[in-house]
Amino acid sequence: MSAPAVSQAPADAPALDVRGVTVRITTDDGGFNVVEDISLAVAPGETLCIVGESGCGKSMTALSLLRLLPDGARVAEGAIRVGDTDLLALSERQAEDIRGDRIAMIFQEPLTALNPVMKVGAQIAETLARHRGLGRKAAWAAAVAALKGVQMPDAERRAQQYPHELSGGMRQRAMIALALACDPSVIVADEPTTALDVTVQAQILGLLRDLQRRHGTAVVVITHDLAVVAETADRVIVMYAGRRVEEATITDLFDSPLHPYTRGLMGAIPKGRAEGGDGRLTDIPGTVPALWNLPRGCAFAPRCPLAIDKCRAERPPLEDHRPGHRAACWRVDDAA
Amino acid sequence: MPLDTPAAPLLSVRDLKVHFPIRQGVFQRQVGTVRAVDGVSFDIGRAETVGLVGESGCGKSTTGLALAGLVEASAGEVTFDGKRVGTERGASLQRYRQRMQIVFQDPFSSLNPRQRVRDILRAPLDIHGIGKASERPAKVLEMMARVGLRPDQAANYPHQFSGGQRQRIGIARALMLNPDVIVCDEPVSALDVSVQAQILNLLNDLQAELGVSFLFISHDLGVVEHISRKVAVMYLGKIVEMAERDALFANPTHPYTELLLSSTPSLDPRNRHDFAASSEDVPSATSKPSGCAFRTRCPLATAECAEIEPPLTPRADGRTVACHHR
Repeated sequence: MSAPAVSQAPADAPALDVRGVTVRITTDDGGFNVVEDISLAVAPGETLCIVGESGCGKSMTALSLLRLLPDGARVAEGAIRVGDTDLLALSERQAEDIRGDRIAMIFQEPLTALNPVMKVGAQIAETLARHRGLGRKAAWAAAVAALKGVQMPDAERRAQQYPHELSGGMRQRAMIALALACDPSVIVADEPTTALDVTVQAQILGLLRDLQRRHGTAVVVITHDLAVVAETADRVIVMYAGRRVEEATITDLFDSPLHPYTRGLMGAIPKGRAEGGDGRLTDIPGTVPALWNLPRGCAFAPRCPLAIDKCRAERPPLEDHRPGHRAACWRVDDAA
Repeated sequence: MPLDTPAAPLLSVRDLKVHFPIRQGVFQRQVGTVRAVDGVSFDIGRAETVGLVGESGCGKSTTGLALAGLVEASAGEVTFDGKRVGTERGASLQRYRQRMQIVFQDPFSSLNPRQRVRDILRAPLDIHGIGKASERPAKVLEMMARVGLRPDQAANYPHQFSGGQRQRIGIARALMLNPDVIVCDEPVSALDVSVQAQILNLLNDLQAELGVSFLFISHDLGVVEHISRKVAVMYLGKIVEMAERDALFANPTHPYTELLLSSTPSLDPRNRHDFAASSEDVPSATSKPSGCAFRTRCPLATAECAEIEPPLTPRADGRTVACHHR
């Protein structure tokens, strides 16, 4: 292969490349890790889902990707690259230039991202003015176009309204328009449809799918809902107690989940009778452990039906058990 | 008429309405009415679970609150065990309340944070004067065991429990008076899926052991399909379709039921939905369209739908549907 004339990332280079990120919360009596050793890579046009229950660290992972961690929490180790930019090496000012431009976030609750006292169109125009240097008129026109791009009904009029004047589904569209305004290469969506009614959720999932197809955006979806995972993901990371416990392509994960926690989650979902799921649900006994008081070995061991002494003593590493299918469990071979 | 139940139904609701005034201005003049629940009828049999499903603002929770006596019904008739309830006062209303309990969605805000679990669970017995005072602590411990709580947790406060355990406390409290019906208002919506499964299994076990009936209110079709025997679908204050569980999910008849089912994500990554990105404006209970409330979103709507509201009518296969075209 001849060397490329211009320095350009190869076509299959990840849009987002995260290596060994650990997020640490510092407290008066020391601290603890809420996210430990997360690595992931997302290619343009690809969707990676991070799935887990409350307290598994998935939202902290999302916030760390944009350097939006709350006070007291920080990335203690690891590297985050957006394209060829090392995000953690940037000053706060430089990070602001990247955020909203090359990497953007969609939140569960649009009111956390939208300014309540500013017209929806003006917020999008402001982002465009900052990152694209557009003048007032051009920015406004681009903002209306962005709202049309997310199929906001009556976009010109909606641009003149405040967030509280919009319905939940329309607010979600406005926030997506804001996130996508500068055509970022990476979108991080934290529970993007959790607060929505199911018919509106279907519209928003359809919209995200459509936008991703057209723009080739790399998407990270953070969710607790395995059905949303089944509808959106190319690849999946399952998190438990701040760590990855399983990683696979979407079909491998649903065809043959390896980790007992993943299996438990799948058994716990009520499946319609058509899908053969009547009768008793498999529940996972107990609750998620506190991150500041994790057991010594595998964090899932206290709830795991397969746990043996080794699980309680030694933490299992995340290993390939099949090509591209990794799990952190000592009992994978016995589970199948 | 709703579906036939073999024996006379335990609870029978006819044309229940809950209307709220919209007030405005300095003098709080009434400028309109929100018809949150607008003529809802259904029956619940003994040891039966009826699912009430719909999206936010459809009136499903208000229906449950009205049955539990926590909001006042504007009209309608409720028959409990053959006796009319609605207009009763005093002792007989008190008796009805004993037999009809409610479990709320949010186990964090529905338990008094300053009360120990044993006092929360004992309060219903004290209020209704049930059993000897000396026997009540034993009853509390018995109920805690039944819902899967340990006796040594009796002196704990709600904040010392996880969300799932708190919902167990809420269920135990509802069961203390040995009710015939429990209104479950989104009882698992705030819980993680692994814990949700624990609570759904618990509700099924309790029904098998105690013969209690549930009105199970939820926005989650998967959960409703799992737990219900009959299902009613609500849209903007009205039931639009009601059927046996399998019939409803295998063969939805009302266009809104169809939309709900086709919008629900599947768990099969090889068989993804073709969700449309397009948006539509969803009307609310304050801006209800004329005629059939669903017509603005309905692919089958005609001029007739705007003029005449379709009544809920029985079909040959035993279900009831409110649609001119189905």
